[in-house]
Amino acid sequence: MRKPSPGALLLALVPFVAMCFSVPLWDRIEPMVLGLPFNLFWLIAWIVLSSGCMWLVYRLECARAAAEQRAP
Amino acid sequence: MSPAAVCLATIFAIVAVGTIVGFLAGVRRRMDLEQWTVGGRGFGVALVFLLMAGEVYTTFAFLGASGWAYSRGGPTLYVLAYLTLAYVVSFFILPQIWEAGRRHGMQTQSDFFLARYGNPWLAGCVCIVGIVCFVPYLQLQITGVGLIVSIASYDGIAPGPAMAVAVALLVAFVCVNGVRAVAWVSIVKDVLMVLAALAIGIGVPLIHFGGIGPMFRALVHAHPTHLTMPGATRNLGHAWFISTVLLTSLGFYMWPHSFAASFTARSADTLRRNAVVMPLYTLTLAFIFFAGFAAVLVVPGLPNGDLALLTVVRQSFPPWFLGVVGGAGALTAMVPASIFILTAATLFAKNLYRPLFAPAMSDAQVGRLARVTVVVLGLISLCLALFSSPTLVSLLLTGYAGVTQFFPGVVLGLYWPRVSARGVFAGLLAGVGGAVFLMTTHRDPLFGLSAGFLALCLNFLIVVIVTLVTPAVSRERSQRPGTVAWAADA
Repeated sequence: MRKPSPGALLLALVPFVAMCFSVPLWDRIEPMVLGLPFNLFWLIAWIVLSSGCMWLVYRLECARAAAEQRAP
Repeated sequence: MSPAAVCLATIFAIVAVGTIVGFLAGVRRRMDLEQWTVGGRGFGVALVFLLMAGEVYTTFAFLGASGWAYSRGGPTLYVLAYLTLAYVVSFFILPQIWEAGRRHGMQTQSDFFLARYGNPWLAGCVCIVGIVCFVPYLQLQITGVGLIVSIASYDGIAPGPAMAVAVALLVAFVCVNGVRAVAWVSIVKDVLMVLAALAIGIGVPLIHFGGIGPMFRALVHAHPTHLTMPGATRNLGHAWFISTVLLTSLGFYMWPHSFAASFTARSADTLRRNAVVMPLYTLTLAFIFFAGFAAVLVVPGLPNGDLALLTVVRQSFPPWFLGVVGGAGALTAMVPASIFILTAATLFAKNLYRPLFAPAMSDAQVGRLARVTVVVLGLISLCLALFSSPTLVSLLLTGYAGVTQFFPGVVLGLYWPRVSARGVFAGLLAGVGGAVFLMTTHRDPLFGLSAGFLALCLNFLIVVIVTLVTPAVSRERSQRPGTVAWAADA
């Protein structure tokens, strides 16, 4: 089975760093953004941004699959 | 009509519409075992999305997440992180699982372990652990229905009889229709759930505080520490957050039903696209959190946090609206519950009973046995729901500590050709054993880390060590006789 490319894995790691490992940095109430406490705002923003990251990963993998088909 | 009558009539109408949609979806299709369990492997992006969303957004999301927002505060935010990250993980494993499933004609998670490792004992063990982990998850859904009906009847109907009716309905529904019905009922359920979540999440803060911003200001003023970790708890801090998010996001697709849902897809690409779109669905949950946090100030002092969402809705909206929310909530419990029962019954009949006791059974007989199992499982979970009552979130996390132990076997099985059946088996036993030990001796969390996560680390370590010390077997010999070459070699 084809392994994912390093670029794809790196891109997929971004949401993990943002939403999970960096929690001590953003788990606070101030500054409140759009009426939301900062931690809640941060997570909601990253739900959307993660989807964006995965879209890039998808494009990347598609392009790679197409390139492999052209040059077997 | 009394408020209770209006409310219950609305709930009943919604459940009835949902059920009829389900029955219609199953009509005029020949129901062989494959059609019943994996929908003939013909679902496109939209249906797979609905089926998976149908499993994900359960009573847990509806009542449990808002319940924890109410009673625990900050730590609940783990839900937003883990669901999003679970889809990120899914991009890298589900297409591969689908590919293997198509080559080997897999219908269950246990089939996967059998084809990859060729060890029937390992496959049987996976099957048993999977079924056992379903029990708390099923109990969660049925308890949810009981709470909904009891609150919607303005405390006129006890939760017990409500649960019994719900179980009877869903057993009938699953026996007749299988997985396709479930995907279609999900449509009704999802539309209602999204609308209800938006209305509640915006409406409740607006009615009581004049908006979401003022609501959070008031909450921060009244309870300055509620919104950050560890919130209203003593030991659920940042280490707990990280370990729990990792445990649950890696374990998300290890639930036997989510794993098997990937087999319903038409192509691997369907699953990749799904991984891109699914995170956005998590946004709905944010609105449910708003309502849970608002409830802290509006209806303080509830004995059970899981009642928070519905109680605050009852205080803020007319009875018919409580009926709509209750109906959405009831479907939200019944759709996943039917998926769990369906998966567990198939696992039991196909992967446990047939190989061990009746190897000569035909697919049609397995299908019949699975339907009988559906009835039995429905009754078992009803009994449990009637006689015990932990919070919804703790039921869910208990299940996760178990199912995530499949993760090393699946991921290493896909990407590490050398990994041995013996290693995976040892790791699985150590992981499940470790999780059970820590949880039953009340050592969860241990050193601030979630017990299931610690067990998962132990599991990984043992798989790698045992695999490295056992001599590498040649690929031909490690294959079960009669199976096609394993997809990972291609």
